Amino acid sequence: MMIQFLALVRKDLKLFFTDRRAVVVGLLVPILCGSFFGYLFGGQKGTTETSKVPVLVIDQDESDISRALITQLSSDKNLDVKPSTLDAARDVVRKGKATAAVIIPKDFGRDAGQAFFRRARKPELDLFYDPSHALELAMVKGILSGAVMQTVSKEMFTGKSGRKLVSESLAQLDEIDMAPQDRTALRDLLNGVKKWNEQREISETLAQGEFSGGLTLPYETREQAITSGRNVEYNGYAHSFGGMGVQFILFMGLDVGIALLMLRQSGLWQRLRAAPLSRTMLLGSRAVSAALIAGFILLVLFGFARIVFGVHIQGSFLGFLGVCAAFSLMTAAFGLLIAALGETVEATRGYSIMATIIMVMLGGAWVPTFFFPMWLQKFTVIIPTRWAIDGLDGMTWRGLGFSSALAPIGVLLLFTILFGALAIVRFRWKAEG
Amino acid sequence: MLEIKRITKTYGKLSAINGVSFRADYGETVGLLGPNGAGKTTTVSIIAGLLKPDSGEVLIENKRVKSDTDPVKLKIGLVPQDMALFEKLSARDNLTFFAALYALSGARVREAINETLSLVGLSDRAGDKVEAFSGGMKRRLNLAAALLHDPQILLLDEPTVGVDPQSRNAIFENLETLKKRGKTLLYTTHYMEEAERLCDRIVIIDHGEVIANDTLQGLHKLLPVTNVIAIELDNVDGLTPEKILNLPEVKSVQLEQNTLRIGVHDLSRGAPGVLRWLTDNGNSYYRVSSDQPDLETVFLTLTGRSLRDT
Repeated sequence: MMIQFLALVRKDLKLFFTDRRAVVVGLLVPILCGSFFGYLFGGQKGTTETSKVPVLVIDQDESDISRALITQLSSDKNLDVKPSTLDAARDVVRKGKATAAVIIPKDFGRDAGQAFFRRARKPELDLFYDPSHALELAMVKGILSGAVMQTVSKEMFTGKSGRKLVSESLAQLDEIDMAPQDRTALRDLLNGVKKWNEQREISETLAQGEFSGGLTLPYETREQAITSGRNVEYNGYAHSFGGMGVQFILFMGLDVGIALLMLRQSGLWQRLRAAPLSRTMLLGSRAVSAALIAGFILLVLFGFARIVFGVHIQGSFLGFLGVCAAFSLMTAAFGLLIAALGETVEATRGYSIMATIIMVMLGGAWVPTFFFPMWLQKFTVIIPTRWAIDGLDGMTWRGLGFSSALAPIGVLLLFTILFGALAIVRFRWKAEG
Repeated sequence: MLEIKRITKTYGKLSAINGVSFRADYGETVGLLGPNGAGKTTTVSIIAGLLKPDSGEVLIENKRVKSDTDPVKLKIGLVPQDMALFEKLSARDNLTFFAALYALSGARVREAINETLSLVGLSDRAGDKVEAFSGGMKRRLNLAAALLHDPQILLLDEPTVGVDPQSRNAIFENLETLKKRGKTLLYTTHYMEEAERLCDRIVIIDHGEVIANDTLQGLHKLLPVTNVIAIELDNVDGLTPEKILNLPEVKSVQLEQNTLRIGVHDLSRGAPGVLRWLTDNGNSYYRVSSDQPDLETVFLTLTGRSLRDT
């Protein structure tokens, strides 16, 4: 029994490794894709530079405030700010070469200052944006709000135009339609600001030291990526190599199924069936050889990722091997299922490619599942690839322990049993052709 | 040795074989002859255990094949009609794999491979990949793969399809060697000359049913004539074939262009009378030959159709 089983497995491995070009391509393509997606999704933190959002600014005001606003925006590390004209900006945004363009209208500084303390007409900042960059637009708007607030408030409290505006506001205060107690409070506030400015003129150094930045957000965030350890940075390649490994191994499983379908139509199948071999051995050996090849591909991919991109198994190595083995077996069973359900090679290839792509997509191999809407994140737990990718993520960059690998391993093995049992029940043993 | 008893197989409403029975004894070569679609491959598939018959049974040394792993299957070697080899592997790797399927290992494998490669004349190509072989060489290796476990019964499903005459001759020589070694061969073909050359007995199958099962000599006895005289005439003017039919010993007459084919039971008594009659009636001839009718004629007689037209 063992001689026959080993011969069947050895033959599959030999056929796989004999086709060296196919082996190289089979490893090279997932490595290239993994490298590319890893780079896109952050790569190795600390070694890559986040690209800045290109923003154009059209200054039609040319006031102290508008110039200060542009300086403030330019100092933001997330933006690449360039001056432009109205027509040029419209054209550049339309071509997708800039994400947004901010138009600072004439009298923006004056109007913003007036609207800062009293109910006056608020100036409008026009914003052109590229609709394909909606996420970045939200970020630009956030940064712009902060910058305007800081620039205008700074000018109001410390700048020359601010002092002038405060004096004007005090003079016009009685003309404003508002409750007497509110007017009194506002007058006190403006007088306080005026007094502050006068005092600041006497002591320039004091003002610079204690109040030079205008109104800013009253907090700062301190970001800390929670990975496997305190000093371990997130490595985007860990996820991308897991995802691409899962994808291409599933395609390998698909090939196993198609090859089995073709084998069934050949004389080789007759010869195999004429030999004293059980059906379980024929399909089982196929599953084992496919699982070994899948495991080999995964290990080569992660080996490459470790050497080139510094991807480490931060969690349980045993858990990592367990997830790899369980996913490899699941892939092999998936291949057998394809062979069992397939009618013709052409039709089977079509629908199994579709099934594979859906599994890969919903499993989070292309885009991590946290980008999915919540309902989809919950739904995708029925997809085996989701468990494989989560399991690999857990054992690599998340640095989880073996206990966290048990659920992915268990679910993947359940899928293996389900697919394998269906394959054995539905497999058509009769030779075709 | 091999006994097939009333096996029947249908696919939906289509009856592939219907009550096929025959036997093959030790050392006997039985030809399973019939046109394409007659049911030959279905019969072989059932004998090899690839298909289950709807009814009837196959006995190998009086035993039925009870399961996929039944040791009785070791008695059988199958040479499928389609090439059953791994093109990317060498001849030796192919044979090593097929030997392992029959649980051969170690020195036994090496001996079996060397012996079969020698038999089919491919010893010097053992290390070459099969994809580099000619069609005839592949056919010979296909045969070798079925011999590794030294089966007593060899099922050969049209083993010479698509090979050149030289390779076909080489395969015949291999099979004759096996026959001399006492193997039982079941040889399916739709080539009459192959069956005539190799087989001790011929089972003719048509539309899934056995229509004749006898030795070559026995089949010839089914024919209305045992000899055919072919006479090539200088002219056929005024020739009335029906009148020749009245001559003694003449059983059939057929005129094709300027060739007259006359079937007789006794050549020595029939031929002189026919030739004399032709001379007397002014139909001179320039060539006379005689031959025994072949299996093609047997098939034609039994079914009313030519084998290659079906």
